[in-house]
Formats: sequence, structure tokens, C-alpha cells
Amino acid sequence: MTGTAMAQDVSACLITKTDTNPFFVKMKEGAEAKAAELGVTLKSFAGKIDGDHETQVAAIETCIADGASGILLTASDTSAIVQSVQKARDAGLVVIALDTPLNPIDAADATFATDNFLAGELIGKWAAGKLGADGVANAKIAMLDLAVSQPSVDVLRDQGFLTGFGIDVADGNKWGDETDPRIVGHDVTAGNEEGGRKAMENLLAKDPMINVVYTINEPSAAGAYEALKSFGRENDVLIVSVDGGCPGVANVKDGVIGATSQQYPLQMAALGVEAIKAWADSGAKPEPTPGKDFFDTGVSLVTDEPVDGVESIDSTEGAALCWG
Amino acid sequence: MSNQSGADSGLAPGGDAVASFAYQHTLLSRVQHALHSNPALVPLIVLILSILVFGALLGSKFFSSFALTLILQQVAIVGIVGAAQSLVILTAGIDLSVGAIMVLSSVIMGQFTFRLGLPPALAVVCGLAVGTFIGFINGWLIARIKLPPFIVTLGMWQIALATNFLYSGNETIRAQEIEVSAPLLQFFGQSFSVGGAVFTYGVIFFILLVLVLAYILRHTAWGRHVYAVGDDPDAAELSGVNSRKVLISVYALSGLICAFAGWVLIGRIGSVSPTSGQSANIESITAVVIGGISLFGGRGSILGMFFGALIVGVFSLGLRLLGADAQWTYLLIGALIIGAVAVDQWIRKVSA
Repeated sequence: MTGTAMAQDVSACLITKTDTNPFFVKMKEGAEAKAAELGVTLKSFAGKIDGDHETQVAAIETCIADGASGILLTASDTSAIVQSVQKARDAGLVVIALDTPLNPIDAADATFATDNFLAGELIGKWAAGKLGADGVANAKIAMLDLAVSQPSVDVLRDQGFLTGFGIDVADGNKWGDETDPRIVGHDVTAGNEEGGRKAMENLLAKDPMINVVYTINEPSAAGAYEALKSFGRENDVLIVSVDGGCPGVANVKDGVIGATSQQYPLQMAALGVEAIKAWADSGAKPEPTPGKDFFDTGVSLVTDEPVDGVESIDSTEGAALCWG
Repeated sequence: MSNQSGADSGLAPGGDAVASFAYQHTLLSRVQHALHSNPALVPLIVLILSILVFGALLGSKFFSSFALTLILQQVAIVGIVGAAQSLVILTAGIDLSVGAIMVLSSVIMGQFTFRLGLPPALAVVCGLAVGTFIGFINGWLIARIKLPPFIVTLGMWQIALATNFLYSGNETIRAQEIEVSAPLLQFFGQSFSVGGAVFTYGVIFFILLVLVLAYILRHTAWGRHVYAVGDDPDAAELSGVNSRKVLISVYALSGLICAFAGWVLIGRIGSVSPTSGQSANIESITAVVIGGISLFGGRGSILGMFFGALIVGVFSLGLRLLGADAQWTYLLIGALIIGAVAVDQWIRKVSA
């Protein structure tokens, strides 16, 4: 099957989790700018809240009925959406997953996303380099994860960090089963400041000498910092994180976060619109990055204290690119 | 009527003397009577037991003034919201919008300061006013238009949360900026220590709020009216209580308390974050239920809610220190909720 729409009449849909998360706002900006440039008609849809699966299904159905050439999708439920995605593909649309891979990943024609394992590995390597051999051997690590359900980005970042730091992760598909005594414990944060603070307090009560803190994202890192401050430990603990949002990069500049891995949602969306245009014009599907099962939209380590052997950009450069 | 309200427990001993017979003075009936006339007793016993058990298992790591005051810090926000929830539930209502009012109020305090450039003190007043106003609308719809509290606050929950996200653009105001230009917003985050115990101003506010509300509910006309409206609104009306006014004032006060919780929240997390407080409605109801306040209104005490919130805090920290998976906390809290309601039913039955 080839694209049903005529080349001069390409339309695309963008379906995100919510309209209010700055990450998805950036994604929409990127898609709109690229669509305007290429003369593609773009329609945007979003769930009401994170996890709103039904609205996303309705949006896919609307796009099929509308005769769109392709869909860019950040799925709220990566397994349950597969059937609707198949319907769209059967109807001749190209479906590209942005940011979040579907389950299974080949349920979409392509996936444009951050390599979350690599994002974790970069901050792990940086923390190890910062501490030096002695520090690594005697580290006391707190792991601040996202949720008890262990969503895939959560697991990939967590296990990437431990691997980068040089810790055996046991089963790479789940966190919490490691036996290394340097890990003080895991706790969940819900990815926000409130959860970050509470999780950090819990782990500090377990061991007040924690000196390395991995956080799933920058809001939870900000919460963890508040907890450390209340213990008077904010200046002798390394906090690392993932996301690269503008407030997070500002926190790198202020020394709250030691290093963070930056993702590029605007880039994901722009590339996605290009891919739909190419599909409509010539029927060509986007190819994954060699050696990976998705198209890697890149990740950069942002820190003002670079360490040897880990490539990084500083917070000024990071701020210019934040969620670009 | 077995539904003797907690408010008239001052009268209970006398009433009991008239109604009791010699053969009823078994140990069980005495215990049951004590529990009935002091609704905060069951959660207090559970709280002491759980502290002792975790203390025995974990030793000084848990049984220290530091860890125990940490629990207070961790439950302060849910506890403050729980105080608001208690007032509403005593009137046989429910407020599902408490967490949304809290986070919207905190966002208004932050955004009015940083986006509109208002002095922080004025922004705080605006935040408190908005919280009170949302509560007032809840109360007005419930008391005047006679809509069910569940429906009104279910709707208000979504309206307030959507407003929160739309208005803030889901952007966080960072702790560092607040610290520099509006430290007043973080007021409740300041702390002092006595020995090893660390108290934040938020914790002090929480404890004072509970004590003041406990006094008001027990010893003022308004407090008695709240119980009366919850127990039997028609009877209350007939005996001269303006139940509509009482309901509106309860919901408005609940909104105000939630707005204060929003201010305390900024102190605790440092920043102003629109994603906070998502589950505060459920957590506050949990504290209320474990604290022995009846969901059917008119029975229970706010001190019970205080102990209920602490029980949740003790379990969460205790289990985390034991290294248990976070799922175990939810499982045990769930069991506690069901257990608390079962005990409540038992007390009522035996005292019938």
C-alpha cells in the first residue's frame, strides 16, 4: 500500500499525552514549525490527562476518517493502543511513535525517541568519573525511580545509570533486584517534587551518608535537593538526572543537579513530520538508527563540571537547546 | 438511636449510667463503650502499636526523635488537607477537590508573585482567597442547588486541576528563584530543632490547626451544628440550625484550609509545581477513614484523623526502612482502611 493522499495535499496528525506538559508543548511547536515549512497540514490531538487512552484512540479514528497520510503518536498506553494503530496502518497511514516506543516496538512503522538507556549510562559514567576510583568503591547510592509499575523509560534510565556507574544490574528488565551493597535503596517519586522529597527522606533515614543520587527526572531531583538541604547535606551529595528541560538545566547551572541527560522532543516531532511527508510523496518509510530498533533522536550530557572520557555540553549550551 | 455524635460525648457518661444494666458490664462492653465515647481512641491505639512494632523491628533508626518528627513532616500536608476533609465528612459530605484546590492555590501564589509581580504577601492572600472562593462555590452548589457533594466536588476537582495546568502552562517555578525573591512563599518550610527532633513551621501549623478545630468542633455552637447537620439535617433544621449556612461555611473553610496546605506545600518542596498533590483527595479520605470518622457523617473526631494520618506515615516510613517494596505500603494501608471501617461498625453495633 502506498500513501492515499496526493503529494500536494499531505496532512498529518500529532497525538500527544497531554496539551499541558511542557515536553509535549515543545513537541507540538516542533511539529507545527516543520509542517508550515513543508506545506503539510497538521492537526494536533491530546489526551485530557496523562494516561487518557480513550481520547487517543478516538484521535486515531478521527485521523483515519480525515484521510491523513500519517500519525505521530506518543502513546499513553503502549500496549492497548496497538490495535488502533494497526487499524490506521491498514488504512494506509504511516504511524510513527514519538518518545515512547509501543509494545511491541514494531507495532508502529517507526519510533523516534531518546535512547533512554544511553541517557542513564551517560550520567552513570559522569558520576563515576566525578567520584574517582576510591569514591566509586565507597559510594552510597540512592535510586529515585518513577513508579512501582516500572514503566520502560524508568527501567532503561535506572539500569543505564547503574551500568554506566559500573554496577551489575542483575535482570536488566527490572530495577530493584541488584545486590550491590553500594545501593542504599530504591524509592518511587511519581516524577514530581513532592515525591522526590519524600523518597529522598526515606532513603536518608535508611542511611544518612548517601552521597550519590540518581533521579528519574529533574522535578524529582529538585525535590530530593530540598530533602538533602533539610539534612544539611546539599553540598556533599552528587545528584544526577535525565530530561534536559529548561528548569532542570537552570538547576545544573545553580549546582543543584550535577549532570543531566538532555532529550530533544522538538527534534523528534520535526523529523516525524518530515518522515510523513516522505511517505506521502514516495512511499518511503523511515529507517531506524543502525544497530537499534528505533530512530535515535540524540541525547547530550549537560554539566558544568565535565569529566574525562564523557562528552558533555555546558549549562549555557544546554539552556539554548533545552527541549529543542 | 445508636448514632450518638462525638460532639455530645461530654454527656455520654451520664446517659450511659441511665441506660446500662448490671449484666452488661462485661469487659467487652466497657471497652466498646470507651471506644464509642472516644472516637479517637482506636486510631491512637493502632498508632502506638505500630510505632512500637516498627520500633522493635528497626531500633533507633526508627525509634528516634529525628525519625518520628520526620514522619510528622511527611504527613503534614495530607494531614492539613485531611483536616479540611474531616469537616466536610462530618457533615456527611465528601470533598474530592481538596488536592486540586491546594495545588491551584499554590500555583496562584507563585504565578501572581513571579508573573504578575505582586508582592509575595499579597499573592499569598490571593491564593488563600481563591481557595476559599472555590470552597464557597462547592458549598453553595451543595446547600443551595441541592446537588450531591460527590458530584459537585468531582466536577470541581477536574475544573480546578484543568485551571491549574492551563494557567501555569505546567511550568515549575524553581526553588532557587523563590528563595531569592519571595522567601515568604517558603515560610512553612523553615525548621527548628529541639534535641534531635526537627519541626518545620508547616508541622507546627498542622498541629495547631488540628487542636483549634478540635476545640471549635467540641465547644462552639458552630461546631455542634456541623455534627448536627451531618447526623440528621432535618432534625438539625427543626431545632433551629441553619443547615445551608453551616454547609456553605464548612466547604468555604475547607477551601481555605486547602489553600493553606498549598502554601505549606511550597515550603516543603521548595518550588511551585503544578504536578503536586494529585492524590491528596484519596490520601486525605484515607486518613479520615483510618481516623475513625464515619463517612455517613456526624460521628468521629478530628484528633482521630490526626492519628490516622500519622498511622499512614508510620507505615510508609517503617516499611521503607525495612526495605519492603513500596507496593506493601499500599497493600497494608488498604487493609487498614477496611479494618478501620469494620471496627467502626462493630463499635456502633455493640453500643446499640
